[in-house]
Amino acid sequence: MRNLLNFILKHHFVLLFIVFEIISFFFLIQFNNYQKSTFINSSNTIGSKAYRTSNSVGQYFALRNENILLNKALKELYSENTILYKNHKVSTSMILDSVMLQQYTLIPGLVINNSANKQNNYMTLNIGKNQGVDKGMAVISPAGIVGVIKDVSNNFSSVISLLNQNLRISALVKKNGYYGTLKWEGRSYEYASLYDLPGHININIGDTIITSGYSAIFPKGILIGTVSEIDNYKGGDFFKIRVKLTTNFKNISNIMVVKNLLKDEQLQLELKAEND
Amino acid sequence: MIKILGRNILRFFVLIALQVWVFNNIEFSGFVNPYIYILFILLLPFETPKVVLLFLAMLLGLSVDMFTDTLGMHASASVFMAFIRPYILLTISPRDGYEPGTFPRAYYYGFIWFFKYSLILILLHHLFLFTVETFSFINYYLVIWRTILSTVFTSIAVMISQFIIFRK
Repeated sequence: MRNLLNFILKHHFVLLFIVFEIISFFFLIQFNNYQKSTFINSSNTIGSKAYRTSNSVGQYFALRNENILLNKALKELYSENTILYKNHKVSTSMILDSVMLQQYTLIPGLVINNSANKQNNYMTLNIGKNQGVDKGMAVISPAGIVGVIKDVSNNFSSVISLLNQNLRISALVKKNGYYGTLKWEGRSYEYASLYDLPGHININIGDTIITSGYSAIFPKGILIGTVSEIDNYKGGDFFKIRVKLTTNFKNISNIMVVKNLLKDEQLQLELKAEND
Repeated sequence: MIKILGRNILRFFVLIALQVWVFNNIEFSGFVNPYIYILFILLLPFETPKVVLLFLAMLLGLSVDMFTDTLGMHASASVFMAFIRPYILLTISPRDGYEPGTFPRAYYYGFIWFFKYSLILILLHHLFLFTVETFSFINYYLVIWRTILSTVFTSIAVMISQFIIFRK
């Protein structure tokens, strides 16, 4: 016992160092497991207040580009509406509302903290539990997909950005419907990689990649990007495809959170099927 | 004594604010992100007890982590840096040792000495930080590349600080 105490006294500096490193790594690993809610992160009050202040200044500089983007989205929606209106006049049968079941609702919000230069990037949004946001919801922008909600507080939420190596998204090639897994490689914020596409399918540079809707998080058909490089492993059965993302993660500001109203129903059914 | 304490506490908060609001927004080519908050550990007095050094580094790292959503990452790297600092100081000490009443700054021990001292510690800190960030040894050359680029920019910022703000 006395020897042990002597040992601790003699090497207290090294031992304290090791203890601190263990604590740090414990935090680090606890944090990486993003299902567990973390206590100290930027969606807590102090951090997000500070960011909100600095962001409200910084936002003015991006207003021009944002307006162009919003205008584009508005134009698209507007033209869709007029087309619908014309068809409606021509067709004789009416579509009743009660026939359709609404599956998704959208909650608009703003990005108040963002990064694109780390290996695992996160964002903070200015909407939270009070606005109806919850863990595991999808986040999209007018240009394409953005990420998945990781954590919510009353008025803020943090998002696992698509630029995060922990996030995998089921994606498909729009023209023929074959699906694969989309993952960010941790290099350029403009590109991600699509794995597991069968090697025999016909695919060209410039083809559109969209979400598959298999995961109960993203609706089907949200834009992800376009094929920019095709890499067929020599003799392999699968393609590896480099996808140029349509979302620009460097100047993203206006986003929408997608709430899947039928998510619980789908997950419960899938769980039941797995257990049987 | 009180003056030194006050000055260090002020420096702690100013450096964190600078890091979070200014330097975290500098992103050349997606690889470079200077981490100047470690200037706080570099400039602590020679006489700081080693144990206090570790505590302060942990506090500093956690404070920065809180703002960047990377709990534990900066904490582990700055604790590592604080642990290594006494050994580096011993290795590169001038012939007569460090005089009482002086601080580890370019003003007292010259540009070359300070450059050596800061470069070694910044390089080790950044290497540790980026290794922990990627958390794997696959594509390790990327980590080394990021380390070198960021070290250059942090070193420049640290050296500039010696001539502008902390002249005495």
